[in-house]
Amino acid sequence: MDFDLMITSFPKLLGATVITLKLLSASLFFGLFLGLFFAILRLNKNIFINKFAYVYSYVFRGTPLLVQIFIIYFGLGQIEYLRSTFLWAVLKEPYWCAIIAFTLNTGAYTSEILRSAFQTIKPGIIEAGKSLGISNKIIFYKIQIPIAIRQSLPAYGNEIILMMKGTSLASTVTLMDLTGVAKYIISTTFKPIEVFIVAGGIYLFMTFIIHNVIKYLEKKYSFLQ
Amino acid sequence: MNIFKKTILTVLASFLIIGNVSAEKIKIGTEGAYPPWNSKDASGNLIGFEVELAQELCKIMKYECTIVEQDWDGMIPALVMRKFDAIMAGMSITDERKKTITFSQGYADEVASLAVMKGSSLEGMDTPEGINLSLGGSSVKKALKTLTDALAGKTVCTQTGTIHQNFLESGDVGSVNVRTYKTQDEVNLDLTSGRCDVALAAAVAFTDYADKSGKPVVLVGPTFSGGAFGNGVGVGIRQADDSAIGKRDAKILKDFNKAINKARKQGIISKLAIKHFGFDASM
Repeated sequence: MDFDLMITSFPKLLGATVITLKLLSASLFFGLFLGLFFAILRLNKNIFINKFAYVYSYVFRGTPLLVQIFIIYFGLGQIEYLRSTFLWAVLKEPYWCAIIAFTLNTGAYTSEILRSAFQTIKPGIIEAGKSLGISNKIIFYKIQIPIAIRQSLPAYGNEIILMMKGTSLASTVTLMDLTGVAKYIISTTFKPIEVFIVAGGIYLFMTFIIHNVIKYLEKKYSFLQ
Repeated sequence: MNIFKKTILTVLASFLIIGNVSAEKIKIGTEGAYPPWNSKDASGNLIGFEVELAQELCKIMKYECTIVEQDWDGMIPALVMRKFDAIMAGMSITDERKKTITFSQGYADEVASLAVMKGSSLEGMDTPEGINLSLGGSSVKKALKTLTDALAGKTVCTQTGTIHQNFLESGDVGSVNVRTYKTQDEVNLDLTSGRCDVALAAAVAFTDYADKSGKPVVLVGPTFSGGAFGNGVGVGIRQADDSAIGKRDAKILKDFNKAINKARKQGIISKLAIKHFGFDASM
């Protein structure tokens, strides 16, 4: 065991963690809106809208994240027409390709989490709102959405942790995230165990933080139940 | 009952095999993604210069060899962890790698080159045809200066953990924007897509890709050898120690060196090189 290497690689890996966190926060931010949007579509009574949202979540939950990121990065890059459009300015950058892939993926899972949360809301709560003369719109924004978010916290916490680990795939499209830099250090030192232990430790620490924040939020909003 | 019989027969048969053949059994690791050195055919079989050369060398050594596939970025760690006993994967002999493993004598060598898509502004660079970094001198210095200016602000793509990456990060051509990929295939894809302005790899890796894909990939600038580019491609083997396995490793190294000598004398290496590279890359 080369402890010196573990110590010297730690600051480099910590620097790369910033990229990992940026990827994670950007995809969770966009993914949450996308997920909410598709969850609402799923609850729509129109069969076409409903099916459209269903197919989206089915496709992105049914294929590996690695395949999705490869299709978006290497696949779309091979389409000549696309390279002449304005889209190429975004797709040219590995950073944006990764964020698009992660957002679409986490959006699909989030939509399912939120949909099931919406469906667990007791009809009595909505009826109570109606009987007080509150409009449907306000019932939705002020009652259903907050309850759905509270209901989905445990499952969404899991999704955040899964996504955090998923960002390691960014290294497959040349990004120098935590895993990317770990692999880079290994490519010159040929010592995978030491470097991956440190990198794994950093991932574990991030999980620890996320886990505790979600636990705190669950407690804080437990009055909603 | 039938299964029982079969098991007994298999066990007996294996005793016979062990009894009759005392040949050393080794595993040779290769990448299978760096044509024409080593690659895979449509049905997933390993092919290429090194796969055939390995078979020839094993015949000479009277070894029983299995060729196994290993991702490039885990190649040296896998050898050290004894997943296989030798590397034949277009791996150049460099001082950096020698800190961790050892090499046989070189069996082949070929130059590295930059490549761009036809129509790139980098075409028509005014440099000598080839530069040897070990020799140095004013013409090398001048060529490196030209390259430094030409590559400034460009995204240069290359495979992770290669001599090409080492060169780009050595500062010889200034501080270039290097992007690294897991395989050469991916470098080629992103050179075609335009995400890479220019790529660096073995010259044959590009000409092979241009031939097979029909994409307008062209070589630019000088060809590179020496210095960071190492001293030819050899068989990578674990550094021997005093243990029983270490002694076996030392024997494998010795046998490979002898076999390479013999294969060279018999013209086997040249013949295979011409077949796969189109020129005699043997050394």
